[in-house]
Amino acid sequence: MAPTAEAVLEIRDLVKHFPLTQGIVFKKQVGAVKAVDGVSFDLYRGETLGVVGESGCGKSTLAKLLMVLERPTAGSVHYKGQDIYKLRGKDFKAMRRNVQIILQDPYTSLNPRMTVADIVGEPFDIHPEVAPKGDRRRKVQELLEVVGLNPEHINRYPHQFSGGQRQRIGIARGLALRPEVIICDEPVSALDVSVQAQVINLLEGLQNEFNLSYIFIAHDLSVVRHIADRVAVMYLGSLVEIGTDQQIYETPTHPYTQALLSAVPVPNPVGRGERERILLSGDVPSPADPPSGCRFRTRCFKAADKCAREVPLLEVRPGSPHPSACHFAEIKPVVDTVDA
Amino acid sequence: MRGGVARAVNGVSYTLNPGETLAVLGESGSGKSVTAEAIVGILDSPPGFIPKGEVRFRGDNLLALPEARRRQIRGQHVAMIFQDALSALNPVHTVGSQIGEMFRVHRGMSKADARKRAIELMDLVRIPAARARVDDYPHQFSGGMRQRIMIAMSIALDPDVLIADEPTTALDVTVQAQIMDLLAELQRERNMGLILITHDLGVVADVADKIAVMYAGRIVEEAPVHEIYANPAHPYTEGLLASIPRVDMKGQELYAIKGLPPNLMHIPSGCPFHPRCPYRRDDVCTTKVPPLYDVGPARGSACHFWEEVLDGSNR
Repeated sequence: MAPTAEAVLEIRDLVKHFPLTQGIVFKKQVGAVKAVDGVSFDLYRGETLGVVGESGCGKSTLAKLLMVLERPTAGSVHYKGQDIYKLRGKDFKAMRRNVQIILQDPYTSLNPRMTVADIVGEPFDIHPEVAPKGDRRRKVQELLEVVGLNPEHINRYPHQFSGGQRQRIGIARGLALRPEVIICDEPVSALDVSVQAQVINLLEGLQNEFNLSYIFIAHDLSVVRHIADRVAVMYLGSLVEIGTDQQIYETPTHPYTQALLSAVPVPNPVGRGERERILLSGDVPSPADPPSGCRFRTRCFKAADKCAREVPLLEVRPGSPHPSACHFAEIKPVVDTVDA
Repeated sequence: MRGGVARAVNGVSYTLNPGETLAVLGESGSGKSVTAEAIVGILDSPPGFIPKGEVRFRGDNLLALPEARRRQIRGQHVAMIFQDALSALNPVHTVGSQIGEMFRVHRGMSKADARKRAIELMDLVRIPAARARVDDYPHQFSGGMRQRIMIAMSIALDPDVLIADEPTTALDVTVQAQIMDLLAELQRERNMGLILITHDLGVVADVADKIAVMYAGRIVEEAPVHEIYANPAHPYTEGLLASIPRVDMKGQELYAIKGLPPNLMHIPSGCPFHPRCPYRRDDVCTTKVPPLYDVGPARGSACHFWEEVLDGSNR
């Protein structure tokens, strides 16, 4: 699973603002929800990049932008050297084939009126070059086998499957066109613990088999730690820290990452009550009106005057060997490496 | 095939002492919420019904009490908070009037007094600017703040027992930490018994004194928190603990319990866990329902081969 240095996706200064309007007949823009506000990173071939953050931080908008389900306000995403937002016609279709998504909720993301054969085979209708008509049924059955479902269940409807099995159907659909990149938007958070492990193992196995690159969006930090090679932490529309899984989990330098990690309950009662916890006060501010300067300063235990004036850039700093968007970044281990 | 009875809870017993935290752990469909609803007396019936059993609160069997008496106990002595605060709160009443309702109905207070008490309670659960927000509606609050309002309602009458059904599942981790801290503090101050229903093994390890693990409507293991994490005595608990991603397991396959939780309309014969169990012996497990064996001080395990599981050499 060693990631090579070849970037499949290059994301630069990606911005998505949703306008807020007032008035019914004459709509006038009164502001904007800054869902994604200047995000840059690379995704390398064969790697898993975890994206973590709390609800409302822009993780899912980022996923939609990468899928071109939304078009950005500014910024670019290059797939193999081409800006995906400038592609049209045949080139656009070819790009789409190679970037697929797996959604969170296996109950709402599968059409209840379609059989498994229709759901998993639908990508072939749009991209007939992948599987000629007569060959489709066999292809779908192959895919079902790959994700661990019984190929004989091809004519069943989604309601006849359990949550974990439905997620496998969603994964089969994502794999159908043999993509290079799969964006996993909270793929296991709707599943029970015992089923979660099965799906994580499946995703890891498929990655090795097909040399896939994953963007793995999740709020469960221990799942991300298990699966990701690199991790990006998002807060209120921008990245606050990015690094290898070890850098982020063992030597985090941004106060938000530190607080987030310390808030995760450790599934081991030994030493409870003695663990240091960084309790953040309050809630995430509204993305329609983010704080000036550093967006985290209103909840930060390190906030100083400078933080209100200057936006901290995501860069390597004297106190941080990996990029961190904090003026006062310094290493502070918050999680025992030998927990659990 | 829609007819039939889903056996959601099948012979569950537990006790809760004052000031104690009991965590009821289980996956969706294991019957943990239905048990709680039966205790509080809010089970939808019909279709739900309780064929037998009793819930003793300080000696009185709650299930046998007339509804009027039950209402008095509910709220005053046994209160409950739910996972989804937005759907548990009434959207067309202000939060102040919903918290105050407890005092008006149970204590016969005037509207003005009840409002004052509501503000005090909102302060107590640390809602900023409580005086200014008492006349706001639930949708004007964030998820964490709504959960605080539910907690304020539930502790209004100083109950002896608080049942929290997945209180932090819908919240982000940083907010979850705030809410769990608040609950622990209130519990300490008031010496409340807390039944925490959850599927999160991390939250349980943090706060519970003892744990009851449920599977297919039964308690399969019961133990003090330290013992169960150090050395589980039931294969299901063992599997759950093993499937948590751990640092030293990175790059390796996660342990996964094979198969799926059972359909409650067709619970497997014998031990309900047997189709998924690595310790199964077909002659015993498929035919005999295991009782909750006594496996140590304050510990029980519903596995015929608990000694083998406890021994841990197969792990």
